Amino acid sequence: MVRAVAAVEMLATCALSRADSVAAFAHDGALSSWEVFGQQLVTGLSNGMIIALIAIGYTMVYGIIELINFAHGDLCMLGAFFALTVVGALGVDQWGGAGGTAGLVMVLVGTAAFCGSLNWSINWLAYRPLRKASKLSLLVSAIGASFILVNLGLFWGGLPMDVFAGGTSSAAPKAFPALVSSDPAAQIGDVIYSRTDFLVLCVTLPLMVALTYLVRYTKLGKAMRAVAQNPTAAALMGIDVERVIGATFFIGGALGGFATVVYSLYNQTVSFQMGYRMGMDAFIAAVLGGIGNLPGAVLGGLLIGLIRSMSDGYIEARWTNTVVFGILILILVFRPSGLLGAKLREKV
Amino acid sequence: MRAPRKMPWKMALALIALAMVPVVEPSLPQRLAISEPMTDVFVYAILGMALNVITGFTGLLNLGVAAFAAIGAYVFAISTCEIYPFQLGFWPALALTMAVGALAGFALGAPTLRVRGDYLAIVTLGFGEIVKDVLVNLDSITKGTQGINPLPPPTVFGAELGSRGQYWLLLAFVVVVFAGARSLERSRVGRAWLSIREDELASRAMGIRPDHAKMLAFATCASLAALAGALTASRLSSSGEPSNYDFQVSVLALCIVIVGGIGSVRGVLLGAIVMVGMNSIVLVKLTEMIGNTDSAGASRLAETHGMERVWVFITTWAQNVLLSPTNWKFLLFGLALVLMMMFRPQGILPPRAEHEAPPEDEGTGPAPAKGAAP
Repeated sequence: MVRAVAAVEMLATCALSRADSVAAFAHDGALSSWEVFGQQLVTGLSNGMIIALIAIGYTMVYGIIELINFAHGDLCMLGAFFALTVVGALGVDQWGGAGGTAGLVMVLVGTAAFCGSLNWSINWLAYRPLRKASKLSLLVSAIGASFILVNLGLFWGGLPMDVFAGGTSSAAPKAFPALVSSDPAAQIGDVIYSRTDFLVLCVTLPLMVALTYLVRYTKLGKAMRAVAQNPTAAALMGIDVERVIGATFFIGGALGGFATVVYSLYNQTVSFQMGYRMGMDAFIAAVLGGIGNLPGAVLGGLLIGLIRSMSDGYIEARWTNTVVFGILILILVFRPSGLLGAKLREKV
Repeated sequence: MRAPRKMPWKMALALIALAMVPVVEPSLPQRLAISEPMTDVFVYAILGMALNVITGFTGLLNLGVAAFAAIGAYVFAISTCEIYPFQLGFWPALALTMAVGALAGFALGAPTLRVRGDYLAIVTLGFGEIVKDVLVNLDSITKGTQGINPLPPPTVFGAELGSRGQYWLLLAFVVVVFAGARSLERSRVGRAWLSIREDELASRAMGIRPDHAKMLAFATCASLAALAGALTASRLSSSGEPSNYDFQVSVLALCIVIVGGIGSVRGVLLGAIVMVGMNSIVLVKLTEMIGNTDSAGASRLAETHGMERVWVFITTWAQNVLLSPTNWKFLLFGLALVLMMMFRPQGILPPRAEHEAPPEDEGTGPAPAKGAAP
């Protein structure tokens, strides 16, 4: 009995001390000015655009073969390592001026091509043989692919190059050189819109517009929509379904490649474990917007970026992941079709 | 329904061999000592059998089984550790852990009954992440990343067990859980699980209530996983830090079930021996044998040119990274999953069919989601 009382007392003290510290934090860290809010807004929107670009890769693949492509985040991680290797091998960070801009474009396009081809190959090797298998076998295979990519990242980080700190500690996070300075591009009060924020916008927005055009107005886009609706009927209409699926993986991967370079420039560090976090954020964004729905992925990405930065600012950074995963669970349980998605038919 | 099969002599032989390991070990060279990592195999075997209840029998993919192990480890640690006022004995604490685990299973199971297939997998994954983060963040109760320690050693009839005794205790737990899982499989509720896996609609028509059965599967899985977590904590005399129960652990448990044979209890034992044996014994021993990495390579690299430079580059890389077998762990997990799905989705030791099922289409995946293919 005495023990039980002591236990209750202890739990109560713990709970109270938590409540105190939260109150104290809210008092110090509360956004008393709109400027802090504005800064969180800028960070949230920039991160959100990057998340959205990765989320498109999830949503396209899900739309077409109903696979949660678990390896997508880790594909982006390898893309970051590829970009870092190119930058280190060619010394792109030393080019400066117009050369620097050209170098940046080269790194962006190169990484996109790398990620696109890698995604295409993963589809060919790991998913294509399972077309007739159940959705769950496909998901398990994707988890396996994700772990293989993580391990490749671990190996890659051990390359004895300067950018990888000589490769002595392959698991440690690596610094990504600042190819774009983080000087303010615009400033209102204390809210800084930096050049990296501007870069994020310059890369992500045109890509989203181009993708929308591709899906809506080109022959390939029409084929993709057809396969997403009904692969068998599409095949009967003379569409090469495997080719369309391959193209979807390539495009999704390439967008992830662009996104990962921007992500690395924006956050200035890469590690072999970053793929899981990036991938989960993007996946949650895709689900939030309604998986399979392109505008939904963008909306979801922006929302997740904002939620993350506001939670960092208003709640506490260490609770941000809990908040984001909580949102994921709530959506999957109560509104699996997401914000913009069509009501899913249950296929029993 | 037939009478439970007698224990096959092969299995009895294997059991005796395993039980002899700590007896024979002191006379063997240090390098061959495996009783310590073997306890890892035992704990993962229990975790694998826990996952098998929900993923193998019932056909619901659970990617958050590590969260239940974490809950088990922390409940056990809090109820036994001397810095907390409870200080229960080993057995009452274990009973409490399993009860709390079952409640946690209900807590996750109840709201997710309507979520299916791959979405359920993601919900369980999110649950795992949340549990891990909450354990880190509630540091006034859980001591954050330090973990809770020291925990008292397990006792049997009042006698404290040494390392050899703990080995046998864990082995005994594996045997008990194995027997339990086998008889559950043949029980009324077990057959309900299997029928839900095969066809939920048909089993509903036969009078089975899928919601009840699924909740029971969640609770059983969670309770057994909590047991595995508590046994780990007891063996290490510490709850361990929350990141010891991350997604990797859930995936290792999934690998065990899939490699062994999804839905097959014998298969899960084999899977635990193969996967955890590779991970905790073979890779670790290889790393010990190969020895330290050479960090001088990076400086030599600057002095060399041409082909020699390429050679030094590759050898330095190999020495730094590739020659450390523990660095191959994720590749092992990943390849296990991808290759099994491709070439042998039913696992090494698939469940024996009680009554012959009609032949399936070529290329159909493992049992859980038959009919879920679009």
